[in-house]
Amino acid sequence: MIPVSQPASGAASRGSAAAVPAIEVRALCKTFGSNEVLKGIDFHVDQGEVVCVIGPSGSGKSTLLRCVNRLEEPTSGTVMVEGVDITDSETDLDDVRTRIGMVFQQFNLFPHLTVLKNLTLAQQRAKKRGKTEATEIARRNLAKVGLAEKADAFPSQLSGGQQQRVAIARALSMDPDMMLFDEPTSALDPELVGDVLEVMKQLAKEGMTMMVVTHEMGFAREVGDRVVFMDGGVVVEQGKPEDVLGNPQHERTKLFLSKVL
Amino acid sequence: MKRSTRRRLTRGVLYAVFAAAVLFVVLSADWSRIQTNFLNVEVARDTFPEIVTIAAKNTVVYTVIAFVGGMLLGLLLALMKLSPVLPYRWLATAYIELFRGLPALLVIFGFAYAVPIALQWRPPGGNAGAGLIALIIVSSAYIAETIRAGIEAVPKGQVEAARSLGMNSAWTMVTVVLPQAFRIITPPLTNELVILIKDTSLLFIAGMAIGDRELTTFSRDALTSQANATPLVVAALMYLVITLPLTQLVAKLERHNKRGR
Repeated sequence: MIPVSQPASGAASRGSAAAVPAIEVRALCKTFGSNEVLKGIDFHVDQGEVVCVIGPSGSGKSTLLRCVNRLEEPTSGTVMVEGVDITDSETDLDDVRTRIGMVFQQFNLFPHLTVLKNLTLAQQRAKKRGKTEATEIARRNLAKVGLAEKADAFPSQLSGGQQQRVAIARALSMDPDMMLFDEPTSALDPELVGDVLEVMKQLAKEGMTMMVVTHEMGFAREVGDRVVFMDGGVVVEQGKPEDVLGNPQHERTKLFLSKVL
Repeated sequence: MKRSTRRRLTRGVLYAVFAAAVLFVVLSADWSRIQTNFLNVEVARDTFPEIVTIAAKNTVVYTVIAFVGGMLLGLLLALMKLSPVLPYRWLATAYIELFRGLPALLVIFGFAYAVPIALQWRPPGGNAGAGLIALIIVSSAYIAETIRAGIEAVPKGQVEAARSLGMNSAWTMVTVVLPQAFRIITPPLTNELVILIKDTSLLFIAGMAIGDRELTTFSRDALTSQANATPLVVAALMYLVITLPLTQLVAKLERHNKRGR
């Protein structure tokens, strides 16, 4: 674990809560039918930390990420978000989700709404913000991802990279405490990957807590505070990016890295 | 024989057969009888203006009522059929299977004559009202299945994106899923609407008051009183005047909606 000095962010302003991990997963198991995808995962992300999860496809890394905001129902184990057990049926899941931004591989923008409406919809419906306030926040976040002039466009009129940046702006408009990225650049043409990674780097620099499932080893090395390597439903190895990527200890990690690097 | 010659010869024979068939029909038809019985200008003129001000108007009014009612009830049934609560699913399935399995004519007859006797209850609006309730019930069974298919055709990622932003399931359905579902099912819904326009003709079985008659009932009555089939031809033209612009309008709407896909 790396103590990172961060600029004053949401994490720091919560004072005593800063000691609580943003995400803490204990003994998490997930099975689909007879297929055991997660086999007792222990995992955490500290506040302000950027954790990159890597591993071969089918290793369970996306499932782990999707369990964090309970898009997947854990079979057993606990998932705590800022100290709140989200597997507890008493927990207001919708409220927790407004604090967890999520970015999908396939963008999942709402195709029937303009870019601006994509950004204001959940602000108005889930956060009960007024239209003026929601629009102002939406425009600010669009400008942040460099797409201020696309407010009135429909998603289908944008390139993949632009759509993904809108999706990031949509998640940011909820003022989340942390962001989950599920292979955010895997569906993009190679020349569009850079713009999206640039936005993510900027976010990391601002101190956003991030959990990133990715195949971009360059990004993991440069931006990640910690890299977690998963294979076969377990965490095989984790540590500083230069250690895990540069000097892997386990055979499976070496094998995987020899294929992707 | 060269291939081009043979092709020309085959085509010539096909044209000759077609011409002979047309000639046979034209020559064998008794045109004066056709004119007096089906295209009698005097009789046609007598149907005006009532065939427009009463009959065509009622056909349109009944269609609109049955379609709007069928959509609302159909939406409710579709949501019940997708509900996680088992008894709701059973109820919706039983309803849909029952009313798709019965001829509309029998259901209309039942509501106009059997229900008042069995339940000691008269539906509002006299026999026309009873028939309309039956039409709503029958059309809602078909529309429910169409709407359910539309909801299921919206990609799962759309719901996940909305829920991950903290929107509850009701807002997700109303603002994200249904708008996209209705775009997908515009063509089959147009079909339901056109079928419904023609199904209002079945209302004649309910036996309607003079002012309540729609196109078919009206022209059948005129046929009896005038001993001439011309009113049926006028009614047929009226149906086309109603349906053709409608299908054009929906086609236009569909092209417009393509934008937000």
